Amino acid sequence: MLRLLLLLSIATNVAAAEIRVFAAASLSDALTEIAAAYEKKSGDHIVFNFASSSLLARQIELGAPADLFFSADEAKMDALQKRGLIDPRTRVSLLSNTLVIAGANITSPRDLIGRRVALAEPDSVPAGIYARTYLERIGLWRQIAPNVIPTENVRAALAALETGNVDAAIVYRTDVRSGRLQPAGGLKPAATFEIRDGPPISYPLAAVTRNPAARRFLTHLRSKTALDVFAKHGFLIR
Amino acid sequence: MSANEWQILGLTLRTAALSTLLIVPPALAIAWLLARYRWRGKSLVETLVALPLVMPPVATGLILLKLLGRRGPIGRVLDLDIIFTWRAVVAAMMVMSFPLLVRAARVAFEEVNPRFEQIARTLGASDARVFATITLPLAARGIVSGMLLAFARAIGEFGATILVAGNIPGRTQTLSLAIYHYVQLGRDDDAFRLLAYAVAIAFAAVWTAEAFLRRSART
Repeated sequence: MLRLLLLLSIATNVAAAEIRVFAAASLSDALTEIAAAYEKKSGDHIVFNFASSSLLARQIELGAPADLFFSADEAKMDALQKRGLIDPRTRVSLLSNTLVIAGANITSPRDLIGRRVALAEPDSVPAGIYARTYLERIGLWRQIAPNVIPTENVRAALAALETGNVDAAIVYRTDVRSGRLQPAGGLKPAATFEIRDGPPISYPLAAVTRNPAARRFLTHLRSKTALDVFAKHGFLIR
Repeated sequence: MSANEWQILGLTLRTAALSTLLIVPPALAIAWLLARYRWRGKSLVETLVALPLVMPPVATGLILLKLLGRRGPIGRVLDLDIIFTWRAVVAAMMVMSFPLLVRAARVAFEEVNPRFEQIARTLGASDARVFATITLPLAARGIVSGMLLAFARAIGEFGATILVAGNIPGRTQTLSLAIYHYVQLGRDDDAFRLLAYAVAIAFAAVWTAEAFLRRSART
């Protein structure tokens, strides 16, 4: 019996392990780049599920197979931790970010009044909640809310701007930096207003399962190699 | 029922009703041509009309998004915003329910005995008059049944709508979108209540549509 177990454990160690990572949409470019290099080095296979953190947290609650959860806000992680769905000892807040207003001729948040503004769903999706919190604090939310187009996640807000169906979008600075705002849309990353006094943004990471390969990848995400990639994509290292 | 639920139901029923009314003229015209005449390109039109039934709704939505967007060929010409407004909800509903009405109306027209039409014509009635007084009344039950199915399909529309209309509470959030929204928020109780309304409406529409067809089969 012991020998069988030993054999099994060797077999699983040798075979390429699969690591299932549920991560906020805003992390997609940086994580994909980190994972590609990590897969080559480790031989493990990383499967991503990129979506809004709210949707991912909900999926994990309902039993979706995730080894790691990388959220764009602490609240979603808190909710999972309270239900005992993540391992709190692995939880670490790695990154921060800031919001920008992207759109033509935007020099101040007041320019959003009367324009169609796409932002991630402001009741549940982190990027939307951050944007709403900011606009509420500066007293503009009531005027802007009637023209808000809520989207599934932060990247969808940017996509709505790229196709020209909205006038502006509130997204993370990393979304624009990743070169996703195509000049074809008549916009350059320069056409953004950086929100310097927005709410603090924090990206916590934690293990959901005991998958040892996933734990190794989690450690790798905290390494300098990985953090450098995040920094290159514009994330602030905490 | 809360004010918010009334609002969601009201928007859904209004847009679905408008969508159904708007597709009646073109759907009847195409159904009539398909039922009564043979012409070049007929099978092509038949296939095109049926496409939204079998294409992934989200793919249809993407086509609509490109066509109706501010920079799209149709959106550019029209000087009004369609995408992310109630108009986009109606447009998505129209495209997705159109095949159902065409199919039902075509069958209804085919079941009208052409002899009645010929007799009317020999008595001197014009084509328009024959259509209005003979064909249409005889096909009416089948057409109404098709309209009810189209209406039910419009209410259930999700895939194309979420792309072109967004999911904007109070403005473009229909019953289906609201259910999805609530599930995402973890508000399952609210979602289940809306689910009950959706089932009730779908049940009533299909039941009535079947009843119309049964009565037409008897007469």
